[in-house]
Amino acid sequence: MSFGRFVKRAASLVVQPRMGFGDPVAMRDGLRATRDADATTVGTLTLDSYTRVGDHQAAAKALRERAPLNGYPIVSHSTETTAALLDGIRDSGFPVQVRHGSAQPQDIVRALTAAGLDATEGGPISYCLPYGRTPIRESIANWRETCELLAERADTPHLESFGGCLLGQLCPPGLLVAVSVLEALFFTRYGITSVSLSYAQQTHPAQDEEAIRALRTLAARYLPAGTDWHVVLYGYMGVYPTTRRGALRLLQASAELAARTGTERLIVKTVAEAHRIPTIAENVQALEVAATAARETVPTATTADTGILGEAKALVEAVLDLDDDLGRAFAEAFARGLLDVPFCLHPDNAGQSRSTVGADGRLRWTAVGAMPIVPTEPDSALTSDRLLTALTHVARSFDR
Amino acid sequence: MSSRSGCDVLVAGTASDSHTWNLIFLQLFCEERGHRVVNLGPCVPDALLVAETTALCPELVVLSSVNGHGFTDGLTAITALRPRAPRPRIVLGGKLGVDGRRHADRTDALLRAGFDAVFDDGDLTAFDAFLRLPQAVAS
Repeated sequence: MSFGRFVKRAASLVVQPRMGFGDPVAMRDGLRATRDADATTVGTLTLDSYTRVGDHQAAAKALRERAPLNGYPIVSHSTETTAALLDGIRDSGFPVQVRHGSAQPQDIVRALTAAGLDATEGGPISYCLPYGRTPIRESIANWRETCELLAERADTPHLESFGGCLLGQLCPPGLLVAVSVLEALFFTRYGITSVSLSYAQQTHPAQDEEAIRALRTLAARYLPAGTDWHVVLYGYMGVYPTTRRGALRLLQASAELAARTGTERLIVKTVAEAHRIPTIAENVQALEVAATAARETVPTATTADTGILGEAKALVEAVLDLDDDLGRAFAEAFARGLLDVPFCLHPDNAGQSRSTVGADGRLRWTAVGAMPIVPTEPDSALTSDRLLTALTHVARSFDR
Repeated sequence: MSSRSGCDVLVAGTASDSHTWNLIFLQLFCEERGHRVVNLGPCVPDALLVAETTALCPELVVLSSVNGHGFTDGLTAITALRPRAPRPRIVLGGKLGVDGRRHADRTDALLRAGFDAVFDDGDLTAFDAFLRLPQAVAS
């Protein structure tokens, strides 16, 4: 069964780790432990940062010298090695997704499809602007080719937009929702018929609920009829609580948010998040804690509308109006500042937008640049102290 | 860049480091102390760092790394930059190793390779004191 169909058919929230090891034996152990956890799970192969930036020589050198890698170097390991590590673990009841972070993922997609895998993630905006200096036009061309490669080489390809994350924190939800919808639409234009749209947990539960409902409304409205789609929530991606209790409470809050909103899949964070790369056991604990929290939560139907849907729709429409070719529209949108990621230093980002955590804990725009939306809080001078206070808002609340 | 009361500062992330928040924070930290900042953002390749430094002639170059590759990337960067930029003060800071511990020998190697100061474990008090040194603002 395909990744997308497995998630859609699951009776309970599907939980997934962020897990990657350079050593195939450890990677296989990690996948097996994920599969065997007391939860509905899918597996993850998270790649290392050398592979992410396309430096496959450095990844191969690390393998030769048995130097530790922060993920699985799928391009540098042979197809046989990857196929063997998946053999008997990945099957129709346990799909596996490759997570990477690359703005030039063609080699990664060739390697993963050669090993029989068919699900991955990223996007021309979300894996470009926040992560380095690859020009947006190059990233768009790379991702168009990536979609076509995946569609051509995999039987049941699935692609997830990372658009709901951007810099991980301090981006008000309207823009996260818009980028997720736009990237998922981009994937469908280049032959991918099974997609997921992401949203990263932010600072305020009701604001997050409203954002996820807006994401679902816009996915249903803009994705072509017949597209298989679901929503994936990322557990908090910013500065994490340092205490065990705080980290577990934040994880539970993400699972409860997913359950309240009918979100199909959750990517978890562990108690080790603030300190180091988690162990397999810490990942399994996180999967089980999240699954339990979701089971104990009752879905709710609606959330008060504070304008996120309208904001996201205005951004999506502004981009779609630019050009029938969605790739050209993306490049033009950034050139004109119609999409403008707050605090993002990429040369192709206008850099005129700013945001903050309001007194009530909600994310707000203090400046919007040329985006077709309005500021939601008066602008005030940003200082290093205020920035740190905003960045650590969630960690401090949960560590308390 | 012109020199008035403050200092012209170039802030950059190291070549393999995709983190941004540390660079935004450093920009604000320097600006609040009266300095003027150009921020090159994350993942700055050595060639770009050299080109921007020679083009902008800053009085201070601040490299930041928090991904655990700071020692390796910092050494490569200073080896490329120092021969082309003898004048500016060049410093490196952040979380420089993978194990979260300080390594005096590696810091010494970085200083010998041409850094004027190394602030391991993001030592802001020491960086603040460095910014107050007369040499750091002289052009």
